[in-house]
Order: sequence, then C-alpha cells, then structure tokens
Amino acid sequence: MPKHHVTTTINGDAREFLCDTQQTLLTVLRDELGMTGTKEGCGTGDCGACSVTLDGRLVCACLVLGVEAQGKAIQTIEGMAQGESLHVLQRKFLEHAALQCGICTPGFLIAARSLLERNPDPTEEEVRFWLAGNLCRCTGYNKIIEAVLDAARELRSTTPC
Amino acid sequence: MLMKTKPTERELKVVGSSPVRPDGVPKVTGAAQYGADYALPGMLWASILRSPHAHATIRSIDLSKAQALPGVKCVIIGSDLPEQKFEYVGPERVAVNYWHMTRNVLAREKVLYEGHALAAVAATTQAIAEAALRLIEVDYEVLPHVIDVDEAMKPDAPLLFSDMLTRGVEPAPSRPSNISKRVEFKIGSLDSGFASADEVVEMSFKTAPVHQGYIEPHACLARFGADGQAELWSSSQGHFVVRAYTAKLLGMAIGDLLVHPAEIGGGFGGKTVVYVEPIAALLSRKTGHPVKIMMSREDVFRATGPTSGSSMTVKLGVKKDGTIVAADGLFKFQAGAFPSSPVMNATLCAFAPYAIQNVRAVGFDVVSNRPKVAAYRAPGSPISAFAVESVLDVLAAKIGMDPLTLRLKNAVHTGSPTVQGAPHTHDGFAETIQALVDHPGYRAPLGKNQGRGVASGFWFNGGGESSATVHINEDGSVSLATGSMDVGGSRASMALMAAETLGVPYDKVRSIVADTASIGYNHVTGGSRVTFATGIAVVDACNKIIESLRLRAALMWKVDVDKVIWEYGYARVRDSSIGDFEPLSLKAIAAQRALTGGPIATEAAVNATGQAPGFSTQFCDVEVDPETGAVKILRYVAAQDVGRAIHRRYVEGQIHGGVVQGIGWALNEEYIYNQQGRLANAGFLDYRIPVASDLPMIEAVIVEVPNPNHPFGVKGAGEVSIVPAMAAIANAIADAVGRRMTELPMSPPKVLAAIDSP
Amino acid sequence: MMQSCWIYFSKPLSYASTQVPPHEKDGEMSEVRYEMPTTAEAAVALLAVATGPAKVLSGGTDLIIQMRSGQHTPSLLVDVKNIAEMTSISAVNGCYLVGAAVACMRLTEDAAFAKTWPGVVDAVNLVGSVQVRGRATIGGNVCNASPAADSVPAMIAAGAIANILGPAGRRQVPVELIAAGPGKTSLAKGEMVTSFTLPQRAPRSGDAYLRFTPRSEMDIAVVGVGINLTLDDSGVCTHARVSLGAVAARALLVPAAAAALIGTRVDAAALERLAAAASAAAQPIDDKRGTKEFRIKVSGVLAKRAATIALARAMGNH
Repeated sequence: MPKHHVTTTINGDAREFLCDTQQTLLTVLRDELGMTGTKEGCGTGDCGACSVTLDGRLVCACLVLGVEAQGKAIQTIEGMAQGESLHVLQRKFLEHAALQCGICTPGFLIAARSLLERNPDPTEEEVRFWLAGNLCRCTGYNKIIEAVLDAARELRSTTPC
Repeated sequence: MLMKTKPTERELKVVGSSPVRPDGVPKVTGAAQYGADYALPGMLWASILRSPHAHATIRSIDLSKAQALPGVKCVIIGSDLPEQKFEYVGPERVAVNYWHMTRNVLAREKVLYEGHALAAVAATTQAIAEAALRLIEVDYEVLPHVIDVDEAMKPDAPLLFSDMLTRGVEPAPSRPSNISKRVEFKIGSLDSGFASADEVVEMSFKTAPVHQGYIEPHACLARFGADGQAELWSSSQGHFVVRAYTAKLLGMAIGDLLVHPAEIGGGFGGKTVVYVEPIAALLSRKTGHPVKIMMSREDVFRATGPTSGSSMTVKLGVKKDGTIVAADGLFKFQAGAFPSSPVMNATLCAFAPYAIQNVRAVGFDVVSNRPKVAAYRAPGSPISAFAVESVLDVLAAKIGMDPLTLRLKNAVHTGSPTVQGAPHTHDGFAETIQALVDHPGYRAPLGKNQGRGVASGFWFNGGGESSATVHINEDGSVSLATGSMDVGGSRASMALMAAETLGVPYDKVRSIVADTASIGYNHVTGGSRVTFATGIAVVDACNKIIESLRLRAALMWKVDVDKVIWEYGYARVRDSSIGDFEPLSLKAIAAQRALTGGPIATEAAVNATGQAPGFSTQFCDVEVDPETGAVKILRYVAAQDVGRAIHRRYVEGQIHGGVVQGIGWALNEEYIYNQQGRLANAGFLDYRIPVASDLPMIEAVIVEVPNPNHPFGVKGAGEVSIVPAMAAIANAIADAVGRRMTELPMSPPKVLAAIDSP
Repeated sequence: MMQSCWIYFSKPLSYASTQVPPHEKDGEMSEVRYEMPTTAEAAVALLAVATGPAKVLSGGTDLIIQMRSGQHTPSLLVDVKNIAEMTSISAVNGCYLVGAAVACMRLTEDAAFAKTWPGVVDAVNLVGSVQVRGRATIGGNVCNASPAADSVPAMIAAGAIANILGPAGRRQVPVELIAAGPGKTSLAKGEMVTSFTLPQRAPRSGDAYLRFTPRSEMDIAVVGVGINLTLDDSGVCTHARVSLGAVAARALLVPAAAAALIGTRVDAAALERLAAAASAAAQPIDDKRGTKEFRIKVSGVLAKRAATIALARAMGNH
C-alpha cells in the first residue's frame, strides 16, 4: 500500500511528508521531518511532552495520526520564538528557572501559550488545571506556574486596549 | 527566604544570584538534543524482546524466523556478550557485580522479572524491528515467582539463585535463600538504653516500590567502527560511567569508546546505570551501522530500576524530657532481580539526625522477581525515614512534646555520635529545625479535618572524582568545561563559581559538559556531589589559571611575579610603589599570550573529600476528606541546609522537586502486580505522579551553614529534600483524623479504611 | 501486591513502540487503509463491506493507544471528522443535537450548551487532559465502552438518545443501552453512532456529574455519578435520573436511586436513601484503581454530593 502524501503548514511554512496510516504526528515530526523539539514521554497522551497545536487546538501529537494532519496548520515549539526574539513565555521560563532537565518544557510552553491565548488573566488554580496534562518530575511545578502567571501579567500590560 | 548563620568572609558578586543558564535557550526552543534526538545516516533502529514471565528458565531461543524477516540486520541474545567474573567490586555501599549487570542487560540462563530483556533486533525501521520481536520463539519453563520482600525471605520461597548464600552472616548459612546480604551497625547497649526509657514505641511499616518517574525514557545512539572504535550518544547521569560499564560489558578498552553527553530528561538516580547502551553498541559493531534505541514508557516501568519496596520495624525509647535513649531498626529491602538494594544506606541514615548513644540498625538485601532496583534520590534514606520519623511523632505525642522541640533536643551537631563510629563533623540540622520554629505558618490555625505533620531527614551527600578545564580565549572570554552531566542547571553554577573566582561577569564564562575524550574522569551526577566536587575542580582550575595570568602579567610588566596580584578580574601591582601600571584584563593578557607562554589553559582533577551531609526539616498541612480518604496538601514548607546556594533559584528548584516526588510517593505511587507477577500499571495513567492541580506552591527555606571544605561553603542540595516527605504527610494525616498510616502509599482506599475502622 | 485486573484495562503483552505497529499476515506486513468519507452513509457503507476489522476514527484518543498496544489491529480506519452531521452542534426547540465526532473542548466552549447541561459539561471536562479533550469526542467516549467513561453517566442521566446509522437504516437507542460490556457495544456490524439528542429541558431542572479519582486530574474515574433532576413549583422533585459509572461492567441507570429523590425536596433524609440505593446498585470489582468496598462506599458519598449540586442548579433555573 503506498504511503499517504500529506500537505500541511507547520509553524507557518508549507510542509509535506509521506507516512503510513499508523504513524502518529509525533513520529512524523521527529523521525520524518527531523523536528525533535516535540518530545515523546509516554506515547499514550498521559504526559503532554508532545503537545502541539492543530488548527489552534492544543493536542498531544502522539494521539493524532500523521494522515489526520492533512490540510491543517500545526504549531510546534520550533515556531514559538520569532528569529532572535523569544516569546515572553520562553523568557519567563528562563528567568524564573522554570526548567531543570527541560524535557517537559516544550510541551509546557505550547500548552501555556494556548491557555494565555484563550484566557489572558488566569488564576493560579486555572493555570494548574489547564496544565494538569503536562507532567513534570523535576520542578514540582512551582516555578512553571510562577513563570506562566508572570508572562500573563507582562502580556496584559503590553497588549494595547 | 535566606538565612545566614555565619557572616561571609567576602562580598560575593555573582554567587547567590539566579542568571539564565547556558543551556536555557536551546531547551526553551526545542533545539537541545536529548538521547532520542540524535540520528546518523544509515542508522538502524533496535527493539528489545522482554520476558512476559516473572520467573522462568530459558530452555531455548529460536531466532531464525526473526533473522529472515526482510530489513532485519542482526539479532543478539545474552551469550553474544562476553561472560563476566562473579565478584563484587568497589566500595561496599555502592559495590557492582558485572556478572549480574550483564545478565540484567540481556538475560542468559533465566529471566527474573516480567520485562527482563533477553534478545534485541536491529532493523532498517522501528516497525520491522518490532515485528521481528514477535517472530523470536522462546521456550520458557515458567517457575513460581515471589515479589514481596517478606514473602521472598521465607524459607520455602521460590529461589532466584540456587547458590545465593547470605553475605554478612557468620557462620555463612548452608542453605541458599533470596537474602543476598545482611548488614548491621551497632553502638552502645540497647538493653540498658531501653531500660532507661520512660516511653517506648515499636511499630512496623511496609512501603511499595516506586519509580524515579523521569519523563524521558532511556535512549541512545551507538556507532561502532570496523577499527574497534565506537561513539555513543546517551542520556545518562554519568557518561564516564556509561563508558566504563559499556566497555566492560563488551570487553573493549575504555579508550576505544567515546561517549557524548546528550542532554538528559531527568534521572534522579535511575540513569546512573546502563540498559540500552551495551545493546546498541553490540548491534552497531555487528552490523557496521549506527544503531538507535529508545525505550517505550511501558518498558521503562517494566524493566528499569525503581527503588525498593520494604518491610521495616523501628523501636525508639525516649525519656520524659525528650532525650532519645535507644533506637533499634530492622530494614528489609527488595533488591529486585539482582543484588543490591540501598539497604545499607537506609541503616546508616535512619537515625543519623539524632544524637543517640544506643543504636542498632540491621538491614537485609533481598532479591525478588521484579526489576533490579536503581538509585532514587537519596537511595534508602526516604524509606527508613518514613519509619523512624513516624515513630518519633508517636513518641512526641506520648510525652506531650512539640515534634520540632523533640527534634531540636536530640539534633546532631559536630561531635555527635553516629552508628558507623566516626562522629559528625558538620552542623546544620538544628538550624533547619529552628527555621521552622520561627516560621509564621507553623503556628497558623487549622480547620476541621486538617492536620499538620513534621519530619526531618539526612543524606550523606558525596565527593569524589571530578575534572574541569578552563581556557582563556583569544578575546579574553572564558571557556569552562567539566565532565559532570547537567541535570538541573549545574552548568550555570559552574560558570558562577568560575566567574566569582576569576572576578569577571557571569556572561564572560561559557560553560559546557565535555565528552569522555575531551576531559578527565568525572563520576556520576548523583549523590549531591556536583556543585561540591566539580565546583572544587572548577575553582582549582581557575586558581591555576590565575597563577598563570599573574605570571604573564609579570612578564609583560617585567616585574617579579610576587609583585602581581589578581583582583576583580584584573592583574594589578601589589602596591603603587612598584610603579604605575595600568591593570591588565583577561583580554589584554590573552592578546599577548604568544609572547608570554602560549595558550592560557589548564585542567584540574580532584578526588574531593570533606563533603558535608544534607539535613532537611519539613512541615506539611493536609486536609483529609473523611468520606473518601482523599488527602489534599494545603501547605508545604521545607527548610534545608545547603551550605551556600550558588544559583538560588535552581537550589529552590531542587527542594521543590524532591518534596513533590515525596508527595507522590506518600499518596499515590506504587507498583501494582497481578497474580502472574506482571506489572498492571506500566504507564503514567495508572502510575500516578503528582500533576500541577494536585499541589499548592511549595515553600523552600534555604538555610546556609557553610561547609569550610568548599571554596564557597557548598553542601550538596539535590537529594535530601525527598527524605522527610512521606513521614511528614503521614504525621499530618494522623494529626487530621487521628489515624496512623504505616503503609505506603497512603492512597484513598487505605486512608478511608483506616478512618472507618474502630 | 497482587490485584486482579479487568481484562479490559490490561494491555496485551506486546512491546509498545513509538508508533503503531503494523500487524503481519504470513510474515508479511500489512498496512492499514484510511478513508475519510464526507457523508455518514458513505462511512457506513465502508464499515459494512469491510473484510477485515474496521474501526471508526473519531477523536482517536482511545483507538490510537489501542492500536499501539496491539489491542486492536484494524485493517481499515474510517475517519468521520469530515461529516457535517457528526461534527455539528445545534438546538431545535431546546432539544440539543450533538454530533458524535464533536471534540470535547469544542462542546465545553459552547456557552449555550454549557448553560443548559452543566452536568454533561462537567463530565466532558474531566475526560483526560486539555490536550486529550482537544481531540476526544463523546461518540468515541460512549462507543469505546469503558465502564469508567466520564461522559456516559452524565449523558445517561440527561436521558440522551444515540442516533445510529447502519446498513439497515437509522434507529435511536438510549445511551445506556450502547455499552454491552467492557470494550463492547450493542452496535451491529456496519453501524455507527452519528449524533446524540438531548431532550428539551423542563424549567427548574439541574444536572451534575462527580467522579472520584486519586489525583485531581488525569485519572480514570474510580467511581462516577451523574444526576439529573427536575423540581416542581413548590420545590419537590418530580423527575430524576441517576447513573453510576466505573462500578459495573457498564454504566448503570439506577431507577431505585432516582426513586429515592422523586417526591421529596432532596433533603438530608432523601440524600441518605439515595446514597444507600447508589451503594446497593454498585457491582464493582477490585482492580488497580480501587477496591470493591471503596467503590461501594464512595458511590453513595458522591451520589449525595452530585444531587446537592443538581438541586442547587435546579433551584437556580426557573
């Protein structure tokens, strides 16, 4: 059976790839396209390390088939910074020391950005519940939550009314 | 919150700040490369066949169908690795036996746990490699299995090794058993000690095995050349140890293997050993192609080392005034399929925070049919602390003494006895207790079904071998390299210590982790040793460089070298009487280096000693739902003596992380086996580590009682934060609902059953 | 620790890989066919004539995991996310029609639906994580037939009807009759749930869903309770539906528990009778997520708490 020829937009760029039906978007990104910023922690949607957005919707790439990405727009961690400018969330994670080993960080950044796009003024509890699908074993989540809340504050103060 | 108990000798300019780490931008942009992120042209993928049985003899293995599958390049089994001598090598507490190690990597005569690797396939795609596994035919003779430590110690238990005679017993037993070793430490007289007590409490405890839970599965890429030289890219906590173990298991010279330190996605002790590296290396050698292996999450749970499950009995006696007069502990630890568990650590740590004259601690290392244990954050100490700190809490209530007061009364300081013999040589414990006594939250009122619990903990911390190089580049910037894998920001701490020593801004120092061919030996990133031991190597190297810089300045100025000092990043004359010389920066000296001796570079290699232990005291507020047994953490405060915090935020992060691992261990994490000895919860869905919505903000209180044996006073900070957590929570639950939990985890069904029982 | 497991929850012993393994036939590897029809009729036609195992691909959050572990080895996937009737949400005369392939997140973001059926939204909001809810669908949640599925007790309590299309045409079935046991549905070959109809809401109605999990999020329900009730003008309950999840081979509709509420003001005494009826109806097993005794007890506890929330919502809705 021939592979599927899939055309998508990834981080704003037109991309295409070949895949078998069974290959997930995660394996396509990492092994076919060489985009290893999206991580595999479990392969079953329990850890969030493979978080990406699909047509603006936060999802686990391990729970999407490559073929299902046909015609869709994908955003991964590699597209978060703009040239030399880090996204405010990336900056805050660094300033707040919100990463130790860093393996969960791409997933958290994608998930946090998705939250702030929908809710620019979340409470600590809202942040914690939105990010419940992202596991971190190193930080105890403290500094991650602080970084997200601080990024939200800065975004609110610089967003024109 | 920062507490200093001694004035600093000099004003620190950068140490103690929290700058952005050198690997920070790559990690927030997805550019950092972890073990699974490497690829090479012509690469093959490997998959590993694992036993479906908890205990079985391998009667035969037929590889022919697998080998015939198109795309399969090689299939290996245990006997493809050279045999190893049966012998325990190295210091007793961390002894290694390569005969066991090679069999854990690939089984030979028997499979000893569900998930035990026994064959591996390299193929052109991952899918083909997986399919080939299903074509390998293994004839197993299934044997009875045993998992629980008490069951494994029974005389009629199924034996994992028919010739295992317990070490540490005189005379040696005549019958084999599953007890690999017995250890005992004793001081004073238990009989007279307990006789003098006003209150004595003896309790028994059981804990389930738990996994380190790192989010990154083990992964590596190996490339073996036809000339016998090989390279490995591996996520580990120690690439020199990976090199040593892999070379040993393959029977190759250490110098022929170069290991690159891939970024590591969490280890906590579990990545100080090898699983996939020898397999990938051997497959690469045989196929002539690079070979990549990535473990699945299921395989990580089924086949990599969790920490021990345990069965313990602890007896403590106190006087009415709170003096602990005697302590007796029995600790039985699962080692998993092969010796050794961290039971010796447990026996040495259990009573270590308290100055007790009469102590006995006995430990049993017991094999059973589950994965071989690996280190997990202060290995052994959190387990024995659960027992000891719980009993202490019961005693505090019996004599009507506040639990912090009881601990302060018995706290060790310099000169206090230890069960090992040599007395304590550092202070710091009392200061962590005092930090909580002074904490406003400790006396905050509690509501219905809420309770507060206190516990303390001890960890040895480590020293050992580390190497560092410092190069002054042509433009005066500084390149710093060590061989210590960076699990949590240590590249930044190394750069801070170097910048402070050299007197230059942090941004002038670029800090990397070098591969095994580019720098001297470095022991693992574990045991809370890196900021201490590798920090000493870094400062040593910087001091050597300073000597060289002084010499070069002296040559440039044509004065004697003893007229030159190095201060705040410049060479200066010692006093103005020598002459009017403009201070020389690194840049100025580097510009003239060819005339003054050539490249400005040095390496320092140390075997650091003089490490100071870690002490932590914690309190925790919980609320228990009396109708469901659910426990919610309301507040958590952890005070820890770190000597000196080099990078404040990363030190806080270590404290937060250890506490939260302890919370998971206390409330929800456990290995659940079915009747066949198979793991029922081999994934993050049912192996339940804490999620963000389970927790409040954890408060880290940094206490600094500097260690005089380190240039900046550092004491290891990475591990001890986990030690008190389970007892702190058990004590809080007891305070909330008046029920004493003696088994871990304290999951809702167990708590509810305790509440509902009379 | 020896605990027995429902067959449903344990994964078969295969060595899960980073991607879904192709299954073999005679040592050859066969691939999986993928189709994306644009009408429900076309989807059903594909399912009806499939020679090998065929699966509907809705959100994929269960199916992809099951394919990875080898629990399911379909030779055909029928992706239904391009079918209008399966991906729309509409209300006619207050009766909601929710496509079976509507993603959970999308449903919870529908403000009007959330106002009408807050209990169903509570339940849907508990499926997995935000990431999982970005793909998972109620159709998938119902037809995966996990005894612990979160949306199911709430949908049953709501009186939801499953609209089914098959080779023999269309039929309607109450949601509580879809699951036939763990991992099994009552659907015939070629049949597919296309949408769910939720009845028009009477005034003074309220619904709620609660579940017990060891962690605050991310867990499979150990016990799930959905309650839907309606009050008359004087505050007496005239209508109630109570459903329990995760305490039997499939979610239960418990008329005896509803009877404990009907004709009462849902006062403390009625709540105690409700709890007793819920506990009595639970037929749980011991497994790695909870013991029998625990589930029986907590069924009653959660029933009381869910009824209290449903009551407050009913009283707030005139």
